[in-house]
Amino acid sequence: MNDFVGTSTLVRLALRRDRVLIPLWVVVFVLMAAGSAQASIDLYPDEKSRIEAATTTNSSPALVSLYGRIFDPSSLGELSLFKLTAFGALLVALLASMLVVRHTRAEEESGRLELLSAGVLGRYAALTAGLLVSGLTVVLIGLLTAVSLIGVGLPVAGSFAFGLVWTSAGLAFAGVGGLTAQLTEGARAANGLTAIVLGVSYVLRAIGDSSDGTAWVSWLSPIGWSQQIRAYAGDRVVVALAPLALLVVLVAAAYALLRRRDIGAGLVRPRPGPATAAASLRSPLALAWRLHRGSLYGWGFAFLLLGLVVGNIASNVDGFAGSESAKELIQKLGGVDGITDAFLSTEMGVLGLLASAFGIQAALRLRSEETALRAEPLLATGVTRSRWLSSHVLMALLGTTLLIVVGGLGAGISSGAELGNTGRQVPRLLAAAAVQLPAIWLVTALVVLLFGVAPKLVTAGWFLFGAFLLIGQFGSIFDLPQSVMNLSPYGHTPRLPGGDFSATPVVWLTVIAAALIVAGYTTFRRRDIG
Amino acid sequence: MTSAIVVSGLHKSYGVTHALDGLDLEVATGEVHGFLGPNGAGKSTTIRVLLGLLRGDSGDVSLLGGDPWHDAAQLHRRLAYVPGDVNLWPNLTGGEVIDLLGRLRGGLDPKKRDELLRRFDLDPTKKGRTYSKGNRQKVALVAALASDVELLILDEPTSGLDPLMEEVFRQCIEEERHRDRTVLLSSHILSEVEALCDRISIIRKGKVVETGTLADLRHLTRTSVQAELASSPNGLAKLPGVHGLEVEGHRVRCEVDTAQLDGLMKQLAASGIKNLVAQPPTLEELFLRHYEDDTAEPALVDAR
Ligand SMILES: Nc1ncnc2c1ncn2[C@@H]1O[C@H](COP(=O)(O)OP(=O)(O)OP(=O)(O)O)[C@@H](O)[C@H]1O
Ligand SMILES: [Mg+2]
Repeated sequence: MNDFVGTSTLVRLALRRDRVLIPLWVVVFVLMAAGSAQASIDLYPDEKSRIEAATTTNSSPALVSLYGRIFDPSSLGELSLFKLTAFGALLVALLASMLVVRHTRAEEESGRLELLSAGVLGRYAALTAGLLVSGLTVVLIGLLTAVSLIGVGLPVAGSFAFGLVWTSAGLAFAGVGGLTAQLTEGARAANGLTAIVLGVSYVLRAIGDSSDGTAWVSWLSPIGWSQQIRAYAGDRVVVALAPLALLVVLVAAAYALLRRRDIGAGLVRPRPGPATAAASLRSPLALAWRLHRGSLYGWGFAFLLLGLVVGNIASNVDGFAGSESAKELIQKLGGVDGITDAFLSTEMGVLGLLASAFGIQAALRLRSEETALRAEPLLATGVTRSRWLSSHVLMALLGTTLLIVVGGLGAGISSGAELGNTGRQVPRLLAAAAVQLPAIWLVTALVVLLFGVAPKLVTAGWFLFGAFLLIGQFGSIFDLPQSVMNLSPYGHTPRLPGGDFSATPVVWLTVIAAALIVAGYTTFRRRDIG
Repeated sequence: MTSAIVVSGLHKSYGVTHALDGLDLEVATGEVHGFLGPNGAGKSTTIRVLLGLLRGDSGDVSLLGGDPWHDAAQLHRRLAYVPGDVNLWPNLTGGEVIDLLGRLRGGLDPKKRDELLRRFDLDPTKKGRTYSKGNRQKVALVAALASDVELLILDEPTSGLDPLMEEVFRQCIEEERHRDRTVLLSSHILSEVEALCDRISIIRKGKVVETGTLADLRHLTRTSVQAELASSPNGLAKLPGVHGLEVEGHRVRCEVDTAQLDGLMKQLAASGIKNLVAQPPTLEELFLRHYEDDTAEPALVDAR
């Protein structure tokens, strides 16, 4: 039991550190669920309108692969919340895993944990505390969400089942975070590994939802398990045993690894490297490339896979048109070609959002280099501030461009191969991917501007990104005024393939992004470092 | 003699904290200048302003004849900086960092680099994350010392080094002095300062309170004197600069401002000296006066 000494102290410390963060996220999740349920209830007053809406949704491959199926078309609860079932579970899982890493590996990496370990602190205390805090948060999110959904007027059993969808996904990924935190030496890498697992889970679920023949694929995915609880459509709460079992296995593995390793160390011992630098390592840009390339390779590989999967699903779109009524509906929506394009353009939008996350993260590297005091020695050499800033800004801008090209190429090749017109699909999808870039650059540029103007607030870049995401996903449900909807740069991106291309928004977004970056440069050159 | 660094009337505040409060500092070309002061006195802040990383609120700063804020990059090619907290990139080896920093400064001497690695007993193939604090500091030191520059700015460069390595560091700085390089060395280690520095400046609460050679500074402090006299002393209490006078029959014990030593000796000699012990102030005493808060300062002021 000695190994757990100090757990409660660490839990209290973590809760104190996150006294704003955790309640904020709980509130965001609860409001998101309750708000979106309330809005849908108003939108679909009778069963007929609901069934119609659910059938339309189920025959849209874009919606099904992005959010999942509606299992019971007559269910009000499912229709209200289908956009938040698997997607919400993804977000809760992300929060849960990042909380665990934040209170374990990140603390260890910073050396603070060692400082505490010198006092009375058991070997397992930090991991246990991280898991408890994360578990507590997702249980709270699940419970309060259930209560708020009942409050809005949805069935009691279904609402608790829905809460369980989120909580179970959160718990499974708290376990994933607990394990990856033991594997890598850096918190950044641990979060990266978790994100890969999360991404693969989500894609597996999307493949499972895309046709009856592949439905079994969903069962390979922890997010798929949570979704298969089928809240408001059977409430199969026993399915939650699967993610819980996963949690137990992962936690056991994490403890076992923790017992075998030294504090501060990962699973892979760092090997010695070269005693002298390669001749090319002679500029800030070369250094930035060294710092970003690992994560860029990982993201690039993920984008290629994602592109290939998306293109492949697109070619199965006619598989959705099972029933006569669905066929009719598809015809109304522009035929198989039209609906394939609609699907692809939605997915290109998703690629755009994901690439923005890379851009933000790469630009935030500026700040972490500064606060870790690694910028200072560089800026005390012949490197000007502009050159140092440019090195990371270029990595962010060119990195997102590379990701988008790779994703578009993947989608073009695989959809073209299936449909037998690669020559046409590749350039179409490359273009569809490329039009996402100005909005991505703009969001990245916002981080650069913050870095110059208010360096302590740079992480607000994530909040802005989250706000744009919510406006895009839920703005129409909440009937937000157009002026608010216009705030999101993603709303101005032309919807390709299939839609009309207009150069005006693309040019404007690029110009604004450039202006923001210039403002970031000018302010950074005038401020104090540190 | 020209000056490598001239700072006058420098003010810098962080919000409400007034870190530098009219700081004056002058470092002559070719000298090793010690920069001392208690924690939070403003040493690192001064150095960051000198490097153009911070912008002073007011006052004049000249570094190697230029303005460190406006000509930062050009001036930086002529100097090397070792920060107090050295953080390395986790996935770069020490050797790579040394080469990178050297190249960004305009090149480093490979022979000297190898020699320094050997002398500091540093393994250049380890990754940044796996170095101990002392070894991280050695990486920065080797990068700085192997560069061909006019000025070295070192912020507590030995705070993580073991005594053996500290000795190596001293030898290296000695050699730099013979090459006529200018060194600004911030430090808390008195023996290091005593051994290396031509002149020192003591900073307290954002102001330089003393500056000069060690001999100059010793002169400003008190010598303790014990004497056995042939007859009872008189008039000692009225002498300027005499403190803590204790008279026991023919025995006298007191402290005297070193500048006033002559007056005391004459007075004692008038009573016939049988035995005399005079102790010059130790360096520790000298610094403690400045490091301690308040009390010591007024005495110092009237000594001037
Ligand atoms: N970034 C900052 N923000 C706010 N206050 C700061 C900052 N950096 C330094 N200070 C304050 O400025 C004062 C001078 O700090 P500085 O780091 O220059 O001291 P120092 O002489 O180098 O001390 P030490 O011997 O501990 O290294 C201190 O009161 C410190 O708290
Ligand atoms: Mg300092």
